[in-house]
Amino acid sequence: MLKVSIKHEFASLSIDIQFEAEQNCITALFGKSGSGKTSILNMISGLVKPDYGYIEINNTIILDTNNNIFTSPQKRNIGYIFQDSRLFPHLNVLSNLKYGMSAVNLNHPIIQIDKVINTLELENLLNRKPSNLSGGEKQRVAIGRALLTCPRILLMDEPLASIDAQMRAEIFPFIEGLQNEFKITILYVSHSIEEVIRLADKMLLISGGQKQAEGRVEDIMSRTDLYPFTGRFDAGSVISATVTGFDKHFELLSLSFEGGVLLVNGPKLDDGRKVRTHIRARDVSLSLNMPPKNSILNIFKGKIIEINSNSTPQVDIKIDIGIPLIARITRKSCDDMNLKIGTRVFTMVKAVAINRRNIGA
Amino acid sequence: MLSLNNLEIEAIELSIKVALNSVLFTLPLGLIAAWILARKRFYGYALFNGIVHLPLVLPPVVVGFFLLTLLGRNGPIGNILKNVFDITLVFSWQGAAIASAVMSFPLMVRAIKISIESIDLKLEDAARTLGASPIKIFYSISLPLIFPGIISGVLLSFARSLGEFGATITFVSNIPGETNTLPLSIYSFIQTPGGEADALRLVTFSIIIAMIALVSSEYLTSKAKKNFEG
Repeated sequence: MLKVSIKHEFASLSIDIQFEAEQNCITALFGKSGSGKTSILNMISGLVKPDYGYIEINNTIILDTNNNIFTSPQKRNIGYIFQDSRLFPHLNVLSNLKYGMSAVNLNHPIIQIDKVINTLELENLLNRKPSNLSGGEKQRVAIGRALLTCPRILLMDEPLASIDAQMRAEIFPFIEGLQNEFKITILYVSHSIEEVIRLADKMLLISGGQKQAEGRVEDIMSRTDLYPFTGRFDAGSVISATVTGFDKHFELLSLSFEGGVLLVNGPKLDDGRKVRTHIRARDVSLSLNMPPKNSILNIFKGKIIEINSNSTPQVDIKIDIGIPLIARITRKSCDDMNLKIGTRVFTMVKAVAINRRNIGA
Repeated sequence: MLSLNNLEIEAIELSIKVALNSVLFTLPLGLIAAWILARKRFYGYALFNGIVHLPLVLPPVVVGFFLLTLLGRNGPIGNILKNVFDITLVFSWQGAAIASAVMSFPLMVRAIKISIESIDLKLEDAARTLGASPIKIFYSISLPLIFPGIISGVLLSFARSLGEFGATITFVSNIPGETNTLPLSIYSFIQTPGGEADALRLVTFSIIIAMIALVSSEYLTSKAKKNFEG
């Protein structure tokens, strides 16, 4: 368990935030560039000392400005993955990996170097110098290097931001796997909502150095009032579901969730596997009657529970179909259909962006 | 042409001995001064920076004069050295090494300072989060990264010491077998009627030594650079 409470004045930003991150859980700090996310990580790691603050990890106080306690970064035993990987250019991959091992505190469960090399698939890189690695390979080495200090918590500062999209797809499974393989607490900073949805269990919305909201990713994403922070374009609900079938002929996966069964195109996954899907509001449409035969596979009956119109030409409507689903339609449609809270509608999900996530499967 | 006579061997050996000792003296002190100038900011920084660089801009004779005043037998420091440690610097090769060291000090400092400034501080931050103490960071990260700078500092300092003339002749004079390094010997020969041929031979040796130093430093630098690519 990580407990953080810090206040700090930068020239252009003042940070004032309190939060907790649970053990063996990925907590995401999500916010725009310049919202103070990296500064918060720097203060947790000890590289920056806040004006006022209290930080505790697993009941050990590492910072308490009221009582003049400041544990230096090298004694905090916190792993830090930087955006720019920061491998030591004069050392080969193996020496980089081993750099922090000598300082390992034997009180913590030991993370074995062989296991790290296997999990992150580093066997063939060990003798190379960082200048000969791709961006994705560098980040894998950086992750391994931090893991081998057996950190009490792993801070990840936009580890995928400086990597191109293809490499990002390659490195995702490694980060997803960390949780299962090493049972480690992770604080993950990102400005990409897709990364957060895919990786995090809980999330904190950060804006202007302050916490705007926190909670389960599913809960935060279904709150239309938070769209200014989560981003309007990709806004939509996040649904946890279980794989319950696969149609080989049409390559369709059946995903069961509290509102029914969702059919999506996708690769075969084992039955019983937990996945999470992101249904963007702009991919959901509404109908007052059961629509006649059409191309849309996923139709759910529900009741409108929230209408968020602001003054834009588009309206976000939250429908309860067992879980909240969000549809974005034009204001004209909303008026024409005379939609109100309580109206029963058929919700049609056109396309689904599926984010696979392995939850201990 | 290349068979050396005793006098020539003596001058070459003396020059190399003086230059090496001068480098041995300036390297650790230069590293410390470069570190302070690159990393620290304090009251009096500009003054410290000025004093370090003074030998670069002062006429060497002036530096020699200062050394003579401070380290001479009756100078405030020379007096202590003589009475307490029984060390006399004037008219000795050690004095020549000191003169060379002072003159080449700013070159050593500048070369190392530039390489310290080019270290990415983020790497040191990363090392801290990996549990490294400041001492471990210095020898495992900073020192290897500034190694090319140290090599070029050593070369510049060595070359400057080989060529030192003004401060040396002012401070320790031109004593055969003791302080007549290559430049001083060349000067003596030129002053002697008919000594031009001898002077030319010593000039040739000077060039050879300088070239050897230059080539080996290039070799070491490229090897160090390969270390980052390998």
